[in-house]
Amino acid sequence: MAEAQGGRSLVVDAVTHRYPSGALAVENINLDIKGGEIIALLGPSGCGKTTLLRIIAGFIAQTQGRIIIGDDIVDTLPPNRRAVGIVFQNYALFPHLSISENVAYGLAARGIDKATRQRESQRLLELVQLPTMAERLPRQLSGGQQQRVALARALAIKPSILLLDEPFAALDKNLRLDMQIEVKRLQRVSGITTLIVTHDQEEALSMADRVAVLSQGKLEQFGTPSDVYDRPQTLFVNTFVGSSNRMPGVVVSADRTAAKIRLDAGAEIIARPAAGALTEGGRVTVCIRPEHLQFVGDETGFAGVVGMSLPLGATVVHEVTTADGSGVKISQARIGETRALDSGAAVRLAPLAPSLANAFPATL
Amino acid sequence: MGAAPASRDVTSYGMGLAAPLALFFLLFFVAPLLQLFWLSLHNDTAGLHWGLGQYLHFLTDPFSLSVLGSTLLLGAEVTAVCLVLGFPIAWLYQRVGPRLQTIIILIVLLPLLTSVVVRTFAWIVILGRQGIINATLQSLGIIDTPLKLLYTQFGVVIALAQVQMPLMTLPLITALGRIDPNLDDASCSLGAGSWRTFFRVVLPLSLPGVIAGCTLTYAAAITAFITQSLVGGGQMLFMPMYLYQQASTLQNWPFASAISIIFLLAVLAVVSVFTTLGRLSRGYGGA
Ligand SMILES: Nc1ncnc2c1ncn2[C@@H]1O[C@H](COP(=O)(O)OP(=O)(O)OP(=O)(O)O)[C@@H](O)[C@H]1O
Ligand SMILES: [Mg+2]
Repeated sequence: MAEAQGGRSLVVDAVTHRYPSGALAVENINLDIKGGEIIALLGPSGCGKTTLLRIIAGFIAQTQGRIIIGDDIVDTLPPNRRAVGIVFQNYALFPHLSISENVAYGLAARGIDKATRQRESQRLLELVQLPTMAERLPRQLSGGQQQRVALARALAIKPSILLLDEPFAALDKNLRLDMQIEVKRLQRVSGITTLIVTHDQEEALSMADRVAVLSQGKLEQFGTPSDVYDRPQTLFVNTFVGSSNRMPGVVVSADRTAAKIRLDAGAEIIARPAAGALTEGGRVTVCIRPEHLQFVGDETGFAGVVGMSLPLGATVVHEVTTADGSGVKISQARIGETRALDSGAAVRLAPLAPSLANAFPATL
Repeated sequence: MGAAPASRDVTSYGMGLAAPLALFFLLFFVAPLLQLFWLSLHNDTAGLHWGLGQYLHFLTDPFSLSVLGSTLLLGAEVTAVCLVLGFPIAWLYQRVGPRLQTIIILIVLLPLLTSVVVRTFAWIVILGRQGIINATLQSLGIIDTPLKLLYTQFGVVIALAQVQMPLMTLPLITALGRIDPNLDDASCSLGAGSWRTFFRVVLPLSLPGVIAGCTLTYAAAITAFITQSLVGGGQMLFMPMYLYQQASTLQNWPFASAISIIFLLAVLAVVSVFTTLGRLSRGYGGA
């Protein structure tokens, strides 16, 4: 591939946007993206992902802050001069143009001659594995194929940044996996800096080099998938990415790396202060993932009563009600004959390791 | 498939419901039309001699042909004016907030809420020798003698364009509203400027609306008896008035019938050109 300018860096510098209606959609977002990275923008519906994407593409002028692509501040450039490729959630293919005309659209806008356009669109259609579809109209293609065409169309202009807004949301599960692999392959080949908007955490964790987690317009955490999953910096990230048990408690003693917490469920455990130092006596929420809990014998851990057990393929999830009445989930790998647990059985639970329990100051 | 019998049920049901309208059409549209056709096949006013004389007369008479020609031309001019003025309004409508949309729709629909006669007299007041336009221009000292606006082709076209404007604007608004707004953004992000986006995306995708609007406006403009005759006055003769004179004043019913049939065929020809264009552009409309 000759995507010469693939891999330009993208800096989102203190960007805030307030819609004319008054809604504060994104607030003081800072992202420093290296050339060639795949970044996932992850967050629940309405958290401002699309808004941020549209600001980067130039469709919305942000209220404050700057967008820097490579060495250029692009804030004053209209979308058609930014060389940012965008794939819309509904693909937005031109329904009246053939597939090859769709792919060549951006090249025609650049005044490139017809022969080159045709060659180029054929090359891109081969790249997305649709070489035989050139003469069809978009509505004669399946969703996944339209998606590929949208991708080819965006790549045709050799963008310096590629933006994908929920690109796989409309696809069924198998096709989604295929397309995720496909996009990742294309991104590796072309080296184009890529930003994928998604509210699917698995997609974010599996595809991206780094994940930016947004909530209510604010950046919660920006880090590698393992950072975000294993070392979440906020309670929101801990509970939004992957599932997590939230257990309230009180700090008994704390230093910078470890804190002793008395859980309301009735045990003292060691946890990691995930969002900075904790004050003694303060209330906290401890997050422990279901797969990071284990059954223990004797007097350690906290007590509970098994409610329901759900066999979920490779794992079994047990619902346990603790002494303070809250529910906790624990998942166990199904290795051979897993010990069957009767409803109503008394058990004791504890985290696998102190670093796997994250303590956050409780918000009121 | 399980759906097939159900859908047959639905169609037979629909046919039954259409029967009263079909009967009405048969009685008050098809029957008079046949009678008209029968009348037109007579060479004399008394209706005693069969023949194609009336048609031959029309088609060999330069005056009749010129009336037909100027009527079809008038329709084309009105349609063009409506399209050129209506498109920006429809385009604007899709790009403003809901409050402005209500105002635009109201302005577009307003002509439909007043009688054609009233609107036409308003145009006479505006275009007349001592009308609003001439009075204003004279008081500003731009002209010395009043311009002849009334009883001119220009006057008729302008008045008709205003009267028929909703027929153009409403289909255009519908067609433009169907276009996915993301297509605009997609075009722009691919490097196209606003003009290219308009001509390559917006215009082709709005073609079904353009064709529907043109067909309606054209058909309405060439048959608009009241506006044509009041604003056009005695000097300008168009088909509806010509027909009226032959039938009512001269009592030449066979010739009037032949004029009607020829006019009808001419209109059908033009309309079918529009619909053929519409069918060709069907691929565009999409969802
Ligand atoms: N045109 C607009 N005018 C006013 N407010 C808007 C507009 N578009 C979005 N918003 C608001 O801004 C916030 C962020 O919207 P945005 O579309 O960026 O969310 P999102 O993260 O993309 O959500 P989703 O996952 O549902 O697509 C929302 O609260 C939304 O209501
Ligand atoms: Mg969105």
